[in-house]
Amino acid sequence: MLDSILFYFFAGVAVLSAALMVTRRNAIHSAVFLITTLLATAGIFLQLRAEFLFIAQIILYVGGIMVLFIFVIMLVRLDVALHHIRFRLQRFVALIVALTLGGYISAILFWARKLPGQGLFIQGAAPAEKLSPNSEKLAESLFSGYLLPFEIASVLLLVAMVGAVVMAKNKKGAGES
Amino acid sequence: MMSPAHYLFLSLALFIIGCIGVITRRNVIVVLMSIELILNAVNINLVLFSRIFGDAAGQVFALFIIADAAAEAAVGLGIIIAFFRNRETVLADEMDLLKW
Repeated sequence: MLDSILFYFFAGVAVLSAALMVTRRNAIHSAVFLITTLLATAGIFLQLRAEFLFIAQIILYVGGIMVLFIFVIMLVRLDVALHHIRFRLQRFVALIVALTLGGYISAILFWARKLPGQGLFIQGAAPAEKLSPNSEKLAESLFSGYLLPFEIASVLLLVAMVGAVVMAKNKKGAGES
Repeated sequence: MMSPAHYLFLSLALFIIGCIGVITRRNVIVVLMSIELILNAVNINLVLFSRIFGDAAGQVFALFIIADAAAEAAVGLGIIIAFFRNRETVLADEMDLLKW
């Protein structure tokens, strides 16, 4: 009972603020609603007993990435963009894409439920009390089975960091100094 | 725990809203934020199946996706700042240097 209340609360907040994020014209408002969506998703992670990802989501996404977004929004002049009319044609395309994607995936999910023995809608998840500690399990898997991808991810982050600095650097200012 | 279908449809809804955002918005920064939303929707699926199968691999993958999202945001916003410095705009339909 408590589980379903929590799920519907977080899911409702996530979907509602995601819809608001896409429809608001002001980019700062969009960013704030995206933060709300990410926090609600973190709640969903917690409900799925992924405590480490819950914290990582809040610290990395909300504390890191979204701060970067808001920083750039404030750096870039956006008030011109507010008064423009959006494309009618693109809304039409978006409607078609949304209906196709939604209908297709929903059909797959409904079919998968009806097929005998196809384990998409498994009910056999272990009860929450019997789970081993989340961070311990995650760390064991990350540092034994996925050690190479982990190192590659760290190299990727380094490359992205250097690339971001190089691209955002003011070339004229660097030449003068 | 709720039935997996609930989580799958929540993830589907977030994914579709993200797609609509990518298509309709003109502001490139908001397009990037919509992409973050799409990545997040995928993360829900990964964590859900990790929970169902009792295997931490799904959460490891979700962690990698978060790291990729950070890298993508850093590079994307770097490009946007460099572009804004040259063209004074962040609107997608005004980025038409290669169009003729």
